Amino acid sequence: MSQEQHVFLEVKDLRTRFHTPEGTIYAVNGVSFSLNEGETLAVVGESGCGKSVTMMSILRLIAMPPGKIVSGEVTYRDRKLLELSEDAMEHIRGKEIAMIFQDPMTSLNPVLTIGRQLTETLRTHTPMTPEQCRERAITLLDWVGIPDATKRLYDYPHQFSGGMRQRVMIAMALACTPSLLIADEPTTALDVTIQAQIIELAKRLKQDVGMAMIWITHDLGVVAGMADRVIVMYAGFIVEEADVDDLYDNPLHPYTIALLQALPRADRRREKSLKSIQGAPPNLLAEPVGCPFAPRCEFVQDRCVRENPLLQIVEGKHKAACWVDVKTGGLR
Amino acid sequence: MAQISPTQNGDLRRCCFGFAHLVFVRRRVLFTEKYSNFTNTKERLQPPSAAHPFGTDTVGRDILARTIYGGQISIAIGITAAFVEVMIGILIGALAGYFGGRIDSILMRFTEAMLNMPQLLLLIVMSKFFSGQLPNINILGRTLSGSVVVIVFIIGLTSWPYLARIVRAEFLSIKEREFILAARATGTPSWEIIFKHILPNSIAPIVVSATLGVAGAISLEAYVSFLGMGVRAPTATWGNMLENAYRYIESAYWLWLFPGLLIVLITISINFLGDGLRDALDPRSRTV
Repeated sequence: MSQEQHVFLEVKDLRTRFHTPEGTIYAVNGVSFSLNEGETLAVVGESGCGKSVTMMSILRLIAMPPGKIVSGEVTYRDRKLLELSEDAMEHIRGKEIAMIFQDPMTSLNPVLTIGRQLTETLRTHTPMTPEQCRERAITLLDWVGIPDATKRLYDYPHQFSGGMRQRVMIAMALACTPSLLIADEPTTALDVTIQAQIIELAKRLKQDVGMAMIWITHDLGVVAGMADRVIVMYAGFIVEEADVDDLYDNPLHPYTIALLQALPRADRRREKSLKSIQGAPPNLLAEPVGCPFAPRCEFVQDRCVRENPLLQIVEGKHKAACWVDVKTGGLR
Repeated sequence: MAQISPTQNGDLRRCCFGFAHLVFVRRRVLFTEKYSNFTNTKERLQPPSAAHPFGTDTVGRDILARTIYGGQISIAIGITAAFVEVMIGILIGALAGYFGGRIDSILMRFTEAMLNMPQLLLLIVMSKFFSGQLPNINILGRTLSGSVVVIVFIIGLTSWPYLARIVRAEFLSIKEREFILAARATGTPSWEIIFKHILPNSIAPIVVSATLGVAGAISLEAYVSFLGMGVRAPTATWGNMLENAYRYIESAYWLWLFPGLLIVLITISINFLGDGLRDALDPRSRTV
């Protein structure tokens, strides 16, 4: 891979809220990150921490209303995605940035054949003839490892297993060779062996095609296997950002530490039982004051309750949003 | 489609019966227009006989020929009116359901306003108002009174609100499904999502309600024609045949029995067809 690091997606201060009858949900609260060409970024965090909403905001797939992107800037190859017209956005979705979703059982239209759905992106975005589309669809199905692709084009989604449907989803996403693939927990709904196959597929994608990927997951094991860089999210904030090895060896945020302690690791001898994180994730209905993790944090200080720490560089490329130096337990 | 389970057999048979009956009725409908309008006053009000199996009417026209010819018109009216209904209903329901928000509010208030209008009165007033002004038209070698077109459009224009509501409800639920999000994520334009992704998924209730709409339109046409406001003579329909018969209810039963019976039969047949289609198309009864 080329060492030249070229930023092609930059998200600045993204804030997304949902206005519901119960009140405003502060789903994403000022998220900033960037992505280089060919890089795999993992976004981890527990359910409801804003991972999916962040990615869907980038592609402007949030239902509005009730959702609203309150502020922020998304720059993709010199284009400001949040300011583009809906038409222009349709040209980016699928063609330049593709997204795959968590549940392959529901992500395919049950009344259309796989072939129809696979060629849809091609028909929308390219001037290919139906014959060329079909050829391409067969190549794609082959590539993601679906046997007998020529025949299976005419099958319906219910004739495929979960893992195969996720492969079809990936094939669909790859149809126009987008430069960025956003995968929203693509392995969560699958069983472990199938998960491993999908991850293998993603690795091949990274090596053979050099495609940049954002991989949303709450499985830190998956992250370790394939990501270059990791973002940890909590309650709509990015709390830590680091290269993958750095994050595992030297976690700087108490939340990351707690997550890693809750994870069984094959590379370490098990000394004590796994630890769970006390308490529950915060209610996103209130505008956050102070650090959102403070109520569950074992390093908590007075300042944490009053002021929310910003994400800042701690060392090198390693960023964390915490007042406390977790090594000494004192303020940084 | 997958295999049909034994429990579906009865429904399927009923559906087939409905369909076969329709074909049967349509096939018999081959007598010429000329013959059906041929008057022979010497043979007026004849009871059923070998020469006239259904008897003759007040001016000596053969009732069998007229029921058959009238059946064509009635069925054609039913189908075209249901077609108009389906087109408008799908368009309004789809736009309201897919886009939601203000568009939904405006379209649905309009739909409710249409629902509030008494369909029958509107039908009578409008046909009274328009039907005198249209010339006769020729289609497929048949001369139809212009009132036929009026009736088709009026029935279509007054019966779409129910369908629009069904379509909207379907769209509301299907657009939240994940595959729609997935389609949007691949940059599929809105119109394609509406017509190629959501519509095929909601086709079952639409087909069923359209089928029932045909039956509804046929009885509506009969009703309005019976009141003398519908299709004008000499174009025969079952409805205006009944109109001519109502003064002879006791003295000449054959004048009303046959067209009346056929209206009942065709309505039942179409309803069976609709029921059968519903059972066949309902995904919950489909074996995967």
